[in-house]
Amino acid sequence: MAIIPLERKPLTFVERTYLPGIASGLKTTFKHLFQPKVTMEYPEQRPAISPGYRGVPTLVKDPHGREKCVSCQLCEFVCPPKAIRITPGEVPADQTDRTHVEKAPQAFDIDMLRCIYCGLCQEVCPEEAIFLQNQYSMTGYSRAEMVNDKARLYELGGTLPDAHFKWDKKLVAEQHGNAH
Amino acid sequence: MADFYFNLPLWFRSLVQGLAVIAVIFPIAGMCSMAERKVSAWLQGRPGPNRALPFWFAWVPVVGPLLQRLGIFHVMADGGKMLFKEDSLPGHVNKFYFILAPIIAMMPALTTVTTVPFGAYFDVAGNVIPLGLARVDIGLLAVFAVSSLGVYSLILAGWASNSKYPFLGGVRASAQLISYELAMTLSVIPVFLWINAPGQPGTMSLARAVEFQSQPGLLGGAWFIFIMPVAALIFLVSLFAETNRHPFDMAEGEADLVGGFHTEYGAFKWGLFFVAEYSHMLIGSGVFTLLFLGGWNPLPWVTLSQLAVWLHVAQLPLVVGVLSIAIFLAKVLALIFFFMWVRWTVPRFRYDQVMEIGWKKLLPLAIANLIAYAIGIAVLQK
Amino acid sequence: MIQPAKPADLVTVNVDGKDIAVPKGTNVIEAARQLGIDIPHYCYHPKLTIVGNCRMCLIEMGLPAVDPATKAPIVDPATGKPKINWMPRPQIGCGTNASPGLHIRTTSPLVKDCREGVMEFLLINHPLDCPICDQAGECKLQEQSTGYGRGYSRFVEQKNVKPKRTQLGPRVTLDDERCILCSRCIRFSKEIAKDDVLGFIDRGSYSTLTCYPGRKLENNYSLNTVDICPVGALTSTDFRFKMRVWFLKQTNSIDTESSVGANTVVWSREGAIYRITPRRNDEVNDTWMADSGRELFKAVKAADRLTAIKVNGADSELDIAINAATQLCKEGGVAVVGSGRSSVEEQFLTKKLADTLKASTFLVSWVGQGDKLLVSADRNPNVRGALVTGLIKTLPAPKLTDLAAQIDAGKIRTVISVGEDLAAAGLSAVQFAKISVIYLGTHANATSAAAKVVIPTQSVFEKHGTLVNQQFRLQKFAQAVPAPVGTTDDLVVLAKLAGVAVADVGSAWKLIAAEVPALGTMTFVNIPETGLLLDATPWAALPFVEGETLHYKPAVPAAVTA
Repeated sequence: MAIIPLERKPLTFVERTYLPGIASGLKTTFKHLFQPKVTMEYPEQRPAISPGYRGVPTLVKDPHGREKCVSCQLCEFVCPPKAIRITPGEVPADQTDRTHVEKAPQAFDIDMLRCIYCGLCQEVCPEEAIFLQNQYSMTGYSRAEMVNDKARLYELGGTLPDAHFKWDKKLVAEQHGNAH
Repeated sequence: MADFYFNLPLWFRSLVQGLAVIAVIFPIAGMCSMAERKVSAWLQGRPGPNRALPFWFAWVPVVGPLLQRLGIFHVMADGGKMLFKEDSLPGHVNKFYFILAPIIAMMPALTTVTTVPFGAYFDVAGNVIPLGLARVDIGLLAVFAVSSLGVYSLILAGWASNSKYPFLGGVRASAQLISYELAMTLSVIPVFLWINAPGQPGTMSLARAVEFQSQPGLLGGAWFIFIMPVAALIFLVSLFAETNRHPFDMAEGEADLVGGFHTEYGAFKWGLFFVAEYSHMLIGSGVFTLLFLGGWNPLPWVTLSQLAVWLHVAQLPLVVGVLSIAIFLAKVLALIFFFMWVRWTVPRFRYDQVMEIGWKKLLPLAIANLIAYAIGIAVLQK
Repeated sequence: MIQPAKPADLVTVNVDGKDIAVPKGTNVIEAARQLGIDIPHYCYHPKLTIVGNCRMCLIEMGLPAVDPATKAPIVDPATGKPKINWMPRPQIGCGTNASPGLHIRTTSPLVKDCREGVMEFLLINHPLDCPICDQAGECKLQEQSTGYGRGYSRFVEQKNVKPKRTQLGPRVTLDDERCILCSRCIRFSKEIAKDDVLGFIDRGSYSTLTCYPGRKLENNYSLNTVDICPVGALTSTDFRFKMRVWFLKQTNSIDTESSVGANTVVWSREGAIYRITPRRNDEVNDTWMADSGRELFKAVKAADRLTAIKVNGADSELDIAINAATQLCKEGGVAVVGSGRSSVEEQFLTKKLADTLKASTFLVSWVGQGDKLLVSADRNPNVRGALVTGLIKTLPAPKLTDLAAQIDAGKIRTVISVGEDLAAAGLSAVQFAKISVIYLGTHANATSAAAKVVIPTQSVFEKHGTLVNQQFRLQKFAQAVPAPVGTTDDLVVLAKLAGVAVADVGSAWKLIAAEVPALGTMTFVNIPETGLLLDATPWAALPFVEGETLHYKPAVPAAVTA
């Protein structure tokens, strides 16, 4: 890379008094007095959320309204600020279409005071059960309010489309049995 | 009613007048804080504070939303907050001086008001009678003497806080004020050389300076800013430095000193510093208006008396008085706007640059200016 | 199994160009391990017989070429080294024993190819269960997949379906789909547990692990099959879905259920213990431990855990309780009931306490059924510690008949019990009424209910210490979890009672080293993790109650037949 030496011109006397600089600066700022304001008035106006936005982490259900999380605890492991806390457990016996999955979270807490919205939990999830969605406003009056429990996480997450249904395929194979 | 008022004892009248002036200065200083926020927002393409609205005011059509958009109620909200929030006293400070400092900040700010005339009316004989709390002949000297005491509050606050940033802020404030005091004083001497003809009893009265700018003729009606622009510039720059305004606010430069001398202050004590700073600006702007911008004269070469005659109100002292005060205040507020405008345009100087401008640039310039005008006036008035 | 070999039995083998002398008969996996080279394997286990059915440990093997006529080694003229005849086909490492001049390649393209091929076959029918599989994180199949796995499957056909969630026994759950048919569990049951209940049925890819019809895997060593299972097929019903292993902190500890002193690892997270697994010690427990020892941690959070210091039934503080105890002892007629469950340090301080108070000392012997493997008849883990520290001179009796007699005679008015339930040890209610009891213990019982002073102490998982097992092996255990609020380290309590300046194990050992000849010149940190064998000759003639166990033969025939 060639180096291009730039000659810095010596300042004239008038320039060195700093006054013309101030005057032109004042002119620029004065013009802004009359220009339209660009601030977004937040609660009334809301920003458009772009795809791939990383909002509050949530748990999602599959299109049949079934829990997807199997409490493998990988998100808990990968979470840099240790915001996620999972108590694993077995799938309740009354969920007959899911007992073959065996494992489900008993409790699933995300401490939003700790969460840094990095999205590693979404990236690591082998079941595509945790997503950082559009929700960006998390407030509360107490520390306890800022911990999202399992019910709240599902309420925030809702249902997302699923192309795989891997546990359903497994159930079909199990019912079909071996070929012999 | 006027007679009744003038028959009251002098001490009572002085008290009422004093309280009246304070009652005007204080809200203006408060409003200035909101104006600062609004002006800064507008200069930066923002709407600024526009949320606070008392629920009972929300019903008022047009005016309610307008005042809300102007952020008027934020002033009240801020004031209420500063009054009622916890006024914490850090454990490591010198409590007596720590509390004394903001009080001392307010005292010179309000005291100087007494010597600054802010309007005029005509008596029956057609003489101009200036409006002011104290009609003292030393005028400007009193302003300089008392307002310089304001720096003690900064030093006291910095020292009593027992913490390094306030301490540095206090030291900077004292050094800076001393540096610019010289240039400022020297810059106004030509004005009084001009006013005081040789052989006559001299005066330092500010009203006299206004009177001098109200004479007929090309030179007589010209404001002093046209006659001595360099002196006006020096005075203005020094005024910025004296009031600790951008780009000279070394004492509270938040980038290097957190909050400067008021780092450890909060709530109402901090609010007092805030109001004191705006009071200083008001008085400084007033003095500048009186000395260089023709005081209560509406326009250069157009005097108050001429205006009164055109409006057929010359015989109504009350109307003329209010008119003069309005003109004076308009000029002062325009200057305050200028202060804010500069603040949001010019970046802050470095501390060594502040010292260099003060000692190496302004002081020699002020001395040279004084000598030039002294020679000029001597030649002219021979 | 590696036996200590005489130098004459050593043979030199060459693994990946490095020579190492190993005892004759050592297999290639162990020889490579000594060089720090890992040969992946599933079915091979150092303590079980070799079957060679997983084929993962395939290696390339060669022997020096020998001139057929002269039987002299042929030297390669190019390199000046002996010429090696490499076998064209790979061999299994576990089944190949060291012989003179054996050459092994573990990194050649052929070996890598073999491992990748074996991995692909193993993964054909393996379910994608890792997110719900308890073995994840300590699964050999997972580990080798990262090294030799393909990353995707070429298998487009339907995977085999096998029974999932089979209860093999009360403590073991089997997922047959995950099984890679290594047969470690079958060999363990047959060879070590001597309870041959497991076996494969069906052929080829339909092979399935099951229990013998009508039987269950319910022996006291069944959980060892879970430990040795290289995949997640056999899982512990108790630990199932409880916690991921990578969150668990491992702390070395000792099994306190009997005098065998099996070495263990305590797995805990944030102050909660999740499981206990055996720790390999070839002199004590090999790689095994009994199921009963794995349940001991449940007492830590038991409902009857003592957490409040009591003086005369009212809540109190430690110093007040110590004062109250000291006042009781000043009345004279004190007996100290030490414990074979205390650590060596605590027994030492118990002796100091008894000496200070000029009290008589007693110990209770708890005897159960020995199983000739890793649970001995002596259910006190540290009777020999009491002998070494001088707390007792003779073996303890099962019941405190001497103490009871002295109480009846009115000689004893105060009894300090270090964690022993005096009621269970034979004191009657009438005798309780005659004495004041000072109780130091972890759990509530009849003695703590009757005691005038109760000072809650800590379990073996909550403190550091050492135990002496039946072989007179000094073994240390470490603190795994913080103790519950309200409990105090036994050491501190005993030291305060005895008026000795001891705050922790380190300072206790300074005293012990000075005062106990058998333990002189020792410090706590210097005791190796595998234990230190003490000189047992002074006590060789004592009739200990234990029968034979895995690595122990009684010198004197057992007094009580176990």
